[in-house]
Amino acid sequence: MAIDFTVPDNVIMQAQMVKFIAETTMRPYARQLDENEHERPTAFVEQMWPILKEQQRASLERLEKPSSSESGDGEKKKKVSTQYLRLMVMVEMMAWGDAGIYLCLPAAALGGAAIEAVGTKEQKIRLLSRFAEGEQPVWGAMAITEPGAGSDNSAMATTAEFDEETNEWVLNGEKIFITSGKLALEESNGLVIVWATVNKAAGRAGIKPFVVEAGTPGVSIGKVEIKHGIRASDTAAIVFNNARIPADNILGSPEVQASKEDKGFKGAMATFDASRPLVAASALGVGRAALEFLKEKLAENGIDIPYNQPYHKLTAIQRDVLEAEAAMKAAHLLTLRSVAMLDEGLHNSLEASMAKVKAGRASTFAAQKAVELLGAMGYSREWLAEKWMRDSKIAMIYEGTDQINTLIIARRILGYTRHELS
Amino acid sequence: MVSFTPTEDQQLLVDTINRYALNDIRKIAHEADESGEAPLNVVKTGWQIGLVPSAVPAELGGFGELSAITGVLAAEELAFGDLAVALHVLTPALFAYPVILYGTAEQRETLLPAFLEETPTPATAALLEPGVFFDPRDLKTTAARRDGRIILNGAKAYVPLAAESQHMLVYARDSESGRVDGYIVARDTAGVQIEKREQLMGLHALPTYRVHFNDVAVEPDMVLGGAVGCDYEALLVRGNVALAALAVGVARASFEYARDYAKQRVQFNKPIAQNQSIAFLLADMALEIDGVRLMAWEAAWKLDKGEDATQEAYLARQAANKMALFVTDGGLQVLGGYGFIREYPAERWLRNGRGFPTFDGLALI
Repeated sequence: MAIDFTVPDNVIMQAQMVKFIAETTMRPYARQLDENEHERPTAFVEQMWPILKEQQRASLERLEKPSSSESGDGEKKKKVSTQYLRLMVMVEMMAWGDAGIYLCLPAAALGGAAIEAVGTKEQKIRLLSRFAEGEQPVWGAMAITEPGAGSDNSAMATTAEFDEETNEWVLNGEKIFITSGKLALEESNGLVIVWATVNKAAGRAGIKPFVVEAGTPGVSIGKVEIKHGIRASDTAAIVFNNARIPADNILGSPEVQASKEDKGFKGAMATFDASRPLVAASALGVGRAALEFLKEKLAENGIDIPYNQPYHKLTAIQRDVLEAEAAMKAAHLLTLRSVAMLDEGLHNSLEASMAKVKAGRASTFAAQKAVELLGAMGYSREWLAEKWMRDSKIAMIYEGTDQINTLIIARRILGYTRHELS
Repeated sequence: MVSFTPTEDQQLLVDTINRYALNDIRKIAHEADESGEAPLNVVKTGWQIGLVPSAVPAELGGFGELSAITGVLAAEELAFGDLAVALHVLTPALFAYPVILYGTAEQRETLLPAFLEETPTPATAALLEPGVFFDPRDLKTTAARRDGRIILNGAKAYVPLAAESQHMLVYARDSESGRVDGYIVARDTAGVQIEKREQLMGLHALPTYRVHFNDVAVEPDMVLGGAVGCDYEALLVRGNVALAALAVGVARASFEYARDYAKQRVQFNKPIAQNQSIAFLLADMALEIDGVRLMAWEAAWKLDKGEDATQEAYLARQAANKMALFVTDGGLQVLGGYGFIREYPAERWLRNGRGFPTFDGLALI
């Protein structure tokens, strides 16, 4: 190995293709979908469904028939995956197009990540097939947050009780802030991974993931949120009222299911190690959109950004832009590191949280500066700067707030458990 | 392929320097700071790690390894020990690297063998100038052509090891073309006036001097790179990358000390690290250090590929300047009253960390 920042050509090519999609099916609709929350990004969804369907199909095929090259251990070690690097580059580019529309990707999304992380092979094939076939797009989602359980999701109150007579799980409770929740359950034949407790007294150890499929009686969509930013994204509440699901819709091997430890919960946290770098990537996209636009408008007004002037010769505007650019650069590299570790199969909790914190801060700073420095036009809804500022903020909130991720960083660098540092 | 893993050779070097930093530099850093002198045997040990000698081209007896990535890795680790000692060990590079990169065949043959010696060869460069505002692209030191020779006039600040160096590389602006070149000047040349040591807020263990040039005559073959000259802009880029990496080293030293202190300092019946106010500050320090480290790595990687790294190096340096102050200030703060006491290293790291915006010309990779 050697320190290297070369992104392989095929990944760059993929990014160029996604850029085309962003320019044709995202940017042109960005304002319209922001102004008309709950309207769907039809052009984007129609463009993406065949592509994502094909990717899911190929992934399932690999699962069913592992090729000989992947089964040999020696081969595996030689070939480093670029799966997460590709995801990072694509997510960044899509968020550059529009962060809200990006979240409407017709795919298993976070639900899929949970299935991949803790599902059995049988479950993966059974549950993910719907994302690999058909004319109509399908969405997946993940439900963790509750009105009384945000960052402290071990406090969740949604219950799952096993009914031995019918061999079913019975869910009761309410989940909120579910990205694509309505798309998954009401507008497609999708599914939602719902985290619920089988034994409240057991705390984290009692929390298990359940699969709730569209059309399940007793499941209804509650409030559909009206938001500050990413307004094109569907954010819904789901209410479970004696919702019955099959026995084998509890996710994971029997060992995980029966575990008295918090393996199930740890599964949820493991999906964050993979998803946080991608939230960071989406923040990078929004920040880059804002920064590029800002620099373009400043240049039109005779202000260029120099990269060779001493600090005392820079104007206040140049200093702001350079500070934003440096922060974005650091965020980009921290994110790159966190995905490179995922691709190498290394544990990346610390690095994933670092990437997300820095990317969230850098992109909100860049977008807030764009609004400020572009004056009346920055604040106007005629341009997208103000929208990027609203869109950027979410990266500091979802998948763990800035504070929660800082807490994770702190625990890791100090070698503290959650009991030692809370 | 994206990778954040150094080569095995680089890792061995980092490990070696880390041992030197902890076993040799750290032991004398406080005393050296108080007395204003780094023990020569410690400097010599650092020199013998061989950074500068191995950069000398193979045909002259070195290893021809002038890698910017290796340079940033080494710089961080040296500065993790102590910044003044690190710069002391690396000062000969200020002279040797530009000669390696841009020197004429004759300059390389005559000047570089000295850097292969077992004992460090003092040599230096003079870039920074006195005054409130310094701009490396607007040097006040001038080079004028007169009767086939070049006449240097001006003043330079913080010239490290100027008094003991046989040669210094003086950067000056051609008074007609405005072009900046490096001029190889022997210390005993008429008109070179080395003043008494600079008294600085930090870097106490590194002797630095104000140097005046009063009608100093230089032969044309002592222009770095001869008629072709040097790529001055590229040298500034290398300087920015080196300073960013050194800032990471200083900051990491301060961070690690504060982190360890916070875990063992008990107040209100628990380690102060168990308070979010302390833990979150440490987390932000770690985060900012890592960000700048990666920026320095990326810039160095571009340099090694022969690509223009102006933008990356500039952003890395700007970010490093701010980061170094934020982290070393936080490092002192975590120690509370002890942070303010000179017996503890935190205040030295803050004094050294604060200097990075000013240290133009003091380091090169």
